[in-house]
Amino acid sequence: MRGNAEAHELIALGSLAAVLELLAGAPGEWTPIAGGTEIMVAHAAGRLREKKMVNLWGLSELRFIQGSSNSIAIGGGVTFRDLRTHEGVAAGAPLLAKAATWIGSIANQSRATIGGNLVNGSPAADSSPALLVYDAEVELISVRGRRRIAYSDFHTGYKRNAMAADELLFAVHVPLRFAKHKQYLRKVGTRRAMAISKVALGGTALLRTGVVSEIRLAAASLAPFPMRLFRTEAALQGRTLDEAAIREAQEALMEEAKPIDDIRSTAAYRSRVAANLLGEFLNELLPAETRR
Amino acid sequence: MSERQAKHQSRISFIVNGEKRAVDVPPMKRLLDVLREDLRLTGTKEGCGEGECGSCSVRMNGELVNSCLVPVLQAEGAEIETVEGLGRGGELHPIQAAFLACGGAQCGICTPGMLMATAQLLAVNPHPTIGEIREGLAGNLCRCTGFKRIFDSVAAAVGDMDASAKTGEVHAG
Repeated sequence: MRGNAEAHELIALGSLAAVLELLAGAPGEWTPIAGGTEIMVAHAAGRLREKKMVNLWGLSELRFIQGSSNSIAIGGGVTFRDLRTHEGVAAGAPLLAKAATWIGSIANQSRATIGGNLVNGSPAADSSPALLVYDAEVELISVRGRRRIAYSDFHTGYKRNAMAADELLFAVHVPLRFAKHKQYLRKVGTRRAMAISKVALGGTALLRTGVVSEIRLAAASLAPFPMRLFRTEAALQGRTLDEAAIREAQEALMEEAKPIDDIRSTAAYRSRVAANLLGEFLNELLPAETRR
Repeated sequence: MSERQAKHQSRISFIVNGEKRAVDVPPMKRLLDVLREDLRLTGTKEGCGEGECGSCSVRMNGELVNSCLVPVLQAEGAEIETVEGLGRGGELHPIQAAFLACGGAQCGICTPGMLMATAQLLAVNPHPTIGEIREGLAGNLCRCTGFKRIFDSVAAAVGDMDASAKTGEVHAG
């Protein structure tokens, strides 16, 4: 059944401050809408429950990318087109720039925002594994002020997050200290454009004389929300990387992953493929002569 | 009708194909429906209605968008270009001429979206590689042509536009 435009209210207030006042005055009553690539799909299908919406698209206070010496701040209203064409993002957070090219198509990338991607909280969110392996933080804003939390603490369950009803996602902060790390991101889906991933895996790692001194791993579509693979990381931390270590890490990942069967794939396939992706990443870290 | 008017309506003013237009519509009405129903610009087609197929692609402020996913309130003040804005004074745009010459259109439903995605691609990247052509049109589905002739059309349009640019230089000189 088609959605009925007249059954929904949509207002534009012209400034971030005015939107925050509105949200504070009636917590939970208004749903923010940015690029609409999620909400308008539900609307078209006649399954949009939210009746009152407030516009975020076009608020310049949310659309900025600002670099400093140790991090990049990305406003919640930044589109994936902005991300994929920004030199600072390409240089400092290449995995995020890469993920931005995978999201939907050009028409979706010019509308979908990073804030929308994270707040929507799809388990398959394309930007999430990159942000997790960069140890990103999210900055939330309300009339009460701003606060920052680790992105790895942001998702709390399927489509649930740590935001209060009067808060908006103001910015994502990506640290720039991963330039010397080996970095990896791969998405497996039906096709590169448009298809939502069956599984995606990201990683950043630093080895010293063959020993894993730092490693971060994260996945999409392996759990009810995009997750850091802390237990798989623990299986590798401090170990000399060799074939046995890789095999044990793959086993740890298959233990840690909690994927589901759905229209896009099966749980068993997702776990197996995620383990293969991990193997691919770790194999790249081995000295050239010992790679498979 | 009176009940209809009592519901949420907004005055939306924007520029469509270079002309100032204003409509009184519900703010959540899709840009696609405003173009087709209120402005009678029926060149823009609806395919899937959920941002997957690209049939409804138009350009908004120099970016390609799926007009089925744009609540019209967000188009307030915007510059919109639809397929009707491509050709001028009865002349086909070089992209349209190339699609015609190369068999880039069959049933025609995807064609306006393909043309607009091509216009966007060439606006930001006048000399795309075949890989860039494929990526630029990856959000536009065609169930007739198998895409080969569409990609050929885009490549031909690039050549034609280069040739006419060169001719223009000669005339100018």
